[in-house]
Amino acid sequence: MSNPVETVEKIAPHATSAVYKTMAMNLGPQHPATHGTLRFKLEIAGEVVVKCDPEIGFLHTGFEKLGEYRNYNQFVVISDRANYLSPLNNNIGFAVACEELFDVKVPPRGQYVRVIMAELSRIADHIISVGLQGMDLGAFTTMLWSFIEREKLYDIFEAVTGARLTTSWTRIGGIFKDVPKDFPEIVRGFIEKFPDMLGEIEYMLSRNRIFMDRTIGVGKLTREQAIAYGVSGPVLRATGVAYDVRRARPYLCYNDFDFKIPVRFEGDVYARYLVRLAEMKESVKIIKQALDKLPGGPVSALDHKVTLPTKDMVYHDMESLIHHFKIMMPGHGVIPPKGEVYSCTETPNGELGFYLVSDGTGLPYRVRIRPPSFYQLQTFPIQSEGKMFSDAVAVLSSLNVIAGELDR
Amino acid sequence: MSETPQTPALPGQADKSGSGGYITTKIEELVNWGRRNALWPMPFGTACCAIEMMATLSSRYDLARFGAEVIRFSPRQSDLMIVSGRISIKMMPVLIEIYNQMPEPKWCISMGACASSGGVFDTYTLIQGVDQFIPVDVYIPGCPPRPESLIDAVMLIRERIKRGERQTKLYDRTKHPLDFQPVNLVSDAVAGAPQLTGTRLSLPGKDAAQNG
Amino acid sequence: MALDFKELEKKLRETFGASVLDWTEFRGQPCLHVKRESIVKVLTFLRDDAKFEMFTDLTCVDTLRLPDEMQPKYAERFTVVYHITSLEHGARLRIKTYVPEDPAEVDTVSSVYLGANWAEREAFDMFGVNFKGHRDLRRILMPENYEGHPLRKDYPLKGRGERDNFPKYTEIPEA
Repeated sequence: MSNPVETVEKIAPHATSAVYKTMAMNLGPQHPATHGTLRFKLEIAGEVVVKCDPEIGFLHTGFEKLGEYRNYNQFVVISDRANYLSPLNNNIGFAVACEELFDVKVPPRGQYVRVIMAELSRIADHIISVGLQGMDLGAFTTMLWSFIEREKLYDIFEAVTGARLTTSWTRIGGIFKDVPKDFPEIVRGFIEKFPDMLGEIEYMLSRNRIFMDRTIGVGKLTREQAIAYGVSGPVLRATGVAYDVRRARPYLCYNDFDFKIPVRFEGDVYARYLVRLAEMKESVKIIKQALDKLPGGPVSALDHKVTLPTKDMVYHDMESLIHHFKIMMPGHGVIPPKGEVYSCTETPNGELGFYLVSDGTGLPYRVRIRPPSFYQLQTFPIQSEGKMFSDAVAVLSSLNVIAGELDR
Repeated sequence: MSETPQTPALPGQADKSGSGGYITTKIEELVNWGRRNALWPMPFGTACCAIEMMATLSSRYDLARFGAEVIRFSPRQSDLMIVSGRISIKMMPVLIEIYNQMPEPKWCISMGACASSGGVFDTYTLIQGVDQFIPVDVYIPGCPPRPESLIDAVMLIRERIKRGERQTKLYDRTKHPLDFQPVNLVSDAVAGAPQLTGTRLSLPGKDAAQNG
Repeated sequence: MALDFKELEKKLRETFGASVLDWTEFRGQPCLHVKRESIVKVLTFLRDDAKFEMFTDLTCVDTLRLPDEMQPKYAERFTVVYHITSLEHGARLRIKTYVPEDPAEVDTVSSVYLGANWAEREAFDMFGVNFKGHRDLRRILMPENYEGHPLRKDYPLKGRGERDNFPKYTEIPEA
């Protein structure tokens, strides 16, 4: 870790003189650069940030407390409100954690459909993250362009889940409903045209003089720092660590696909931008393979102690009616065994973990969300201290902090 | 030269027959016409609804069609507050402060279930409806509302402006304690002024009853 | 290279003796139970010798309402749970330590893992567990003047009236 005071002496020697005092400055909690609700108490000397103290918690909603009063399927609704840029990844992350606790296996079709949706959601998150990164550095056009793509993805999400943003799509042991019949066509229609659009955004930013000047060498994080701070996702992979949960602890059917983990070694803002671009291309590859291999069959596990039987079965079969009743009635519900599980998935921002403690009742005893943003924002002071103030904005937009999961 | 040269009629000068050049109106209506066609929103976006608000402002839905695209992050330059997202007890003083910084006349949209009523989050930290503490003109249901709903709300605000209505008239801002004090949660309240924000109310014996 | 957890358990028991309380496993996830006095030593050992260099998570569980058969054998109110990862072995380990209600104190590990800094602040905020030796232990999510620790089991879900304690608007009667 660099000593900020020494760095300030180098960059702005006037700042350390007795006459020139540092100034306290407040960034946020309502500020366009924070993309939400963060606050930074900065001490600046001229344009140089001497000290930075992030203050979070402005969007603290009590997800973890509420989780103790809601049953496992109800918590899916809460999980997608934790991350509003890629809610599907959160749904799937929570469902995967629950399935590990319940020891349920999702049928192949369910896994493939989940993978496709997770990767589409990853594209939706990265594209808006890249667009906002451009916007924060003055390129407003990229944000509008990326929103065009995001709207196309919203249409797919709406066709599949019924909602644009807060999808609440997964259930324990599967998905509440199979995808529509034309699902492969609409997804193919998107991913065929998407690389061209991505190329245009890349053409706008990647060799853009202003963008490069403001991002290359800014917010450098070393490999050791990133690991010690528990950073994950594109920010970690930009420092040269090829850690991706999809490969390190494969969940769903990620082992079936051939994809690369993009890694850069610079560790700066520009490297994160490039990693995000490359990841979107890898996601397109995964979706293509998954669509080619998409199997038939049910999307949810047939263990009706956990998943709901179909309406048809409920109407015609006594057994199924009882299962339906037991799952739906308060006091019964889906009962996991006693125990505890930590399960993680790779969301666009990094490793999203759920630590579930079950006491053998229908309600979880403790739900802990391990948010990626929380551990990434923790490195913000060491990335911005001793640097110019305008660099702090670039660093912040590259971390893609989502206040919902940061504060929970 | 018997013919006098015909000068073209200037607006408001020639042509007293009334066939053109004049618009007679009340000054209030003229001002309201200007106001409703150039709303400058102050996006108080905190959570999911803020993303839908961004979608509304972006390419496909394009709120600029209704003259409300000039997003101002400075409350001093805006006249429509869009509260979109969950408001926690840590954020509420900020919201009140920013609302009070906006110049009159001002309007407020409470976007989404969380801002209007707390939504699904009936927890210790979430404000159960911002309308308890700031006046709200239009509520939008939905979690989050679709961009069309937000556009509809802006149209309703335009209607209200046209009719010269606003919610703030009903309230006495001078009695609002936060108008006179900086929002400082830690400082002791000035003598006589109401206690500020967010501290625990003493409810002895009620803790156990509330539990669950 | 997969890590042999049996080997690791043996090594830990040899090195720390009675400080290692237990070693359990559920759904293939190993869990190490240690005494709170030696948590810093154990974590330093795991970081340096067993190559668990990546910090994943720190959280806390209030065992107040846990059913009797699930109560930890060591009968303390709070369980502090650490998750650490080894990139080299691709392995993850859960470490648990037990903290009594009074004094709810445990040594900080923010010197061992830098990432534990904010996580410990959050556990302090939400559960009221003090992390001895932490440089900057103050509330992180709740406002500074907040009373109580909301994630404790005896704290009501709907709070104690904080969310309604803001100045209300006063309506002018229409003239």
